[in-house]
Amino acid sequence: MAIRRGRGVAAINYPTGMNLGGDPTQALVHSTPTGNFMVTLSSVDLGQGMKQIMAQICAETIGVPTDRVVVDTADTDTGPHCMGTFASRGTHRAGNAVIQAAREARQVMLEVAAEELEVNASDLETDGQGNILVKGAPQKSISIFDVALSAHFKRGRSISGRGMFLIPRSYPEKETGAMKPSTCYAHACTVAEVEVDDETGEVTVLTVKNVFEIGRALNPKMVEQQLVGGSWMGISHALYETTEPYYPNRDHGGTDFNQYLMPGPGDLAETEIIVLERPSADGPYGAKGPGEMCANPQIPAVANAVFDAVGVRIDTLPITPERVLRALKAQAAN
Amino acid sequence: MELRKNYFADLRKDDLHEIGQPRPRSDSPGHVTGKTAFFADRNFPGMLHLKMVRSPHHHARIRSIDTSEAEKHPGVVKILTAKDVPHNVYTILILIQIGPEDETVLADGKVRWKGEAVVAVLAETERAAQEAAAKVKVDYEVLPAVFDMEEALKPDAPLVNEYHGQNYYLYDSGECRKVRFGDVEAGFAGADHILEQSYQSSPIEHAPTETTGCVVAPEGNDRFTCYTNTQAMFFTLDNTSIILQMPGSKLHFVGGTVGGGFGGKVDVIVEPIAILGAKLTGRPVCFIYSREEEMQISSPRAAEKVVIKDGVMKDGRIVARKVTGYTDAGAYSRHSPYGAQKGAGHYPGPYTIPNVWIDTYCVYTNRTPSSAMRGFGVTIGDFALEVQMDKLARLIGMDPLEFRFINAYRDGDMKAHRQPTEGAALIECMQEASRAANWPVAEKYLAMSSYVKGA
Repeated sequence: MAIRRGRGVAAINYPTGMNLGGDPTQALVHSTPTGNFMVTLSSVDLGQGMKQIMAQICAETIGVPTDRVVVDTADTDTGPHCMGTFASRGTHRAGNAVIQAAREARQVMLEVAAEELEVNASDLETDGQGNILVKGAPQKSISIFDVALSAHFKRGRSISGRGMFLIPRSYPEKETGAMKPSTCYAHACTVAEVEVDDETGEVTVLTVKNVFEIGRALNPKMVEQQLVGGSWMGISHALYETTEPYYPNRDHGGTDFNQYLMPGPGDLAETEIIVLERPSADGPYGAKGPGEMCANPQIPAVANAVFDAVGVRIDTLPITPERVLRALKAQAAN
Repeated sequence: MELRKNYFADLRKDDLHEIGQPRPRSDSPGHVTGKTAFFADRNFPGMLHLKMVRSPHHHARIRSIDTSEAEKHPGVVKILTAKDVPHNVYTILILIQIGPEDETVLADGKVRWKGEAVVAVLAETERAAQEAAAKVKVDYEVLPAVFDMEEALKPDAPLVNEYHGQNYYLYDSGECRKVRFGDVEAGFAGADHILEQSYQSSPIEHAPTETTGCVVAPEGNDRFTCYTNTQAMFFTLDNTSIILQMPGSKLHFVGGTVGGGFGGKVDVIVEPIAILGAKLTGRPVCFIYSREEEMQISSPRAAEKVVIKDGVMKDGRIVARKVTGYTDAGAYSRHSPYGAQKGAGHYPGPYTIPNVWIDTYCVYTNRTPSSAMRGFGVTIGDFALEVQMDKLARLIGMDPLEFRFINAYRDGDMKAHRQPTEGAALIECMQEASRAANWPVAEKYLAMSSYVKGA
């Protein structure tokens, strides 16, 4: 009886969005009288930080600091339609809609600034700090604060924009299955290292090294929180979780966190996250949707590591001590 | 976390101001100081609490329902049964024309899974609602149930759902979604080795911190405001409008920060019945799942069975792959027909294989309906595919990572569902994993590229 060590690898890809259902999302952007910007959506922030990302996308597009943008979400009286926050689509779909709306608003803003500065709008640029400058003559400038005041009270212009992003529905062809299930894919490769106690069947994940390719890390800190959380969830799926431990038998289902097994802090592996960026052609600033895929590769990587450690295949999830022990017993019997 | 900018540097301009900056989240201070408002923080004078009477049987005919004792229970204000729901038989994906309507808001004549909602009790307190629910008498005639997908697909299996007429979802392509590419049998015939293996998962709970729920307030103007943690505002509003036969203009849905979704809050379950309760009583109503309901009543990730048959050459090329996927939908469709179909679009994984055959089935059984969950239609498939890849590599005596390089898809490769590959990055992820994990591979694999021609 011994503690045995093994490692396994898995590589995956993951589609962004739900093309097979049609995938629209809209956004509205407008400026306040003092040149702050409001993004209005009906999209839902599930705690992953969608509001923050939409603010950064809007700020980048208009050319102002992120703290000048406020995001209003999840109200059907004010926010235009969004299909919903699922299918790794929030950042990609709503982000594209926000870019379109922000571009339209930026154009009006530059037109008003052009009138104030008596130049052509096409000769203007933003400095990212809240000012609009004449290209090549930065001493000639106006603050966005003053532009917004002028638009509201002098020029009678609405600095606002409408954004719509739609991936039209793809209908699979009946006989061949020809379809377009996604417009871009995120990628990952994970190497997991485990210890298996061949007396108790218990699996301990020691390290997980994840490489994720996600298009563009719009906010690296938030990318990290999502990818680390996903990686933990992958381990949890591999070793612990199910509402029906003896599926298809319906008995013994957990009804609270005492019975429904999930890893505690002490059960989590040393986790390494490496991010690659291959910008997607249709993503907001190249972003793809990594929200779902980041929890996938750990499951097979752990299963393969268990085999590497003790030479048994557990092809049924979760990989419980009971399943490992039964497989070891069957292996010994052969 | 480490950003490795040396990959794809020629495909990227790093000239942005706000994007790419690790700005602190504007909502973090609210979260960590307890100031962020969640839907359940709404409280209204006179608010009623809704509790469900649920089926104790997996499959049963309802002979009769007697609510008389429950109605007399102190604090009970209203009791709802199927006849109170204007459009009681519904399905959520009807919004994108994926029918038939196959589920009841409140059971009508039959229950098809243990835990199915039968009667809704509205009372002044949660406790009164719970106690009164226990006094509702339902007379059941228990019917044979089926839990195993293979059993369910046999011709003599008990019929789970009459609205389908058979225990699988009928696609326009027939009993399953199909992908056919190349000639899979010819591929097997020419292969050096064949490996057929079966993989299985069990249902998994989303386990959000905040359970599913809503608070509904009738407004003075004949409208209803529904504070909810749904993941999809208009999806829920439009379905509610159909179920209650109420114009969408009468409905106002307000969300906000959700305490974790993971796909568990895209079913439309709590809102319609809570709004109906508010309409019929004229009072605010809250309906919030207990942890037990969240774990055993709300949809889990579907259990799946995946059978993969591969033909592989000694030099490492996979020449044929046949995948048969089964998604256990439970008693009702919810999002499962979509998930099974998404699986068909995902197989055979990120590998270029000339001969592919895919069948994915959505199967009905007498269990808690499954639905969307993070990685829906893909997560379990990836488990099966990547364990299979490991087995294939060992079968032909090849390093598992090098084996994947040989088969990895690259830009321009035609996928089984007939889309050319774009934006591939699998090879680069594996190259970086080889370096980071100190898992050596031959130099020729480190020189490969997803997009540079000839590399």
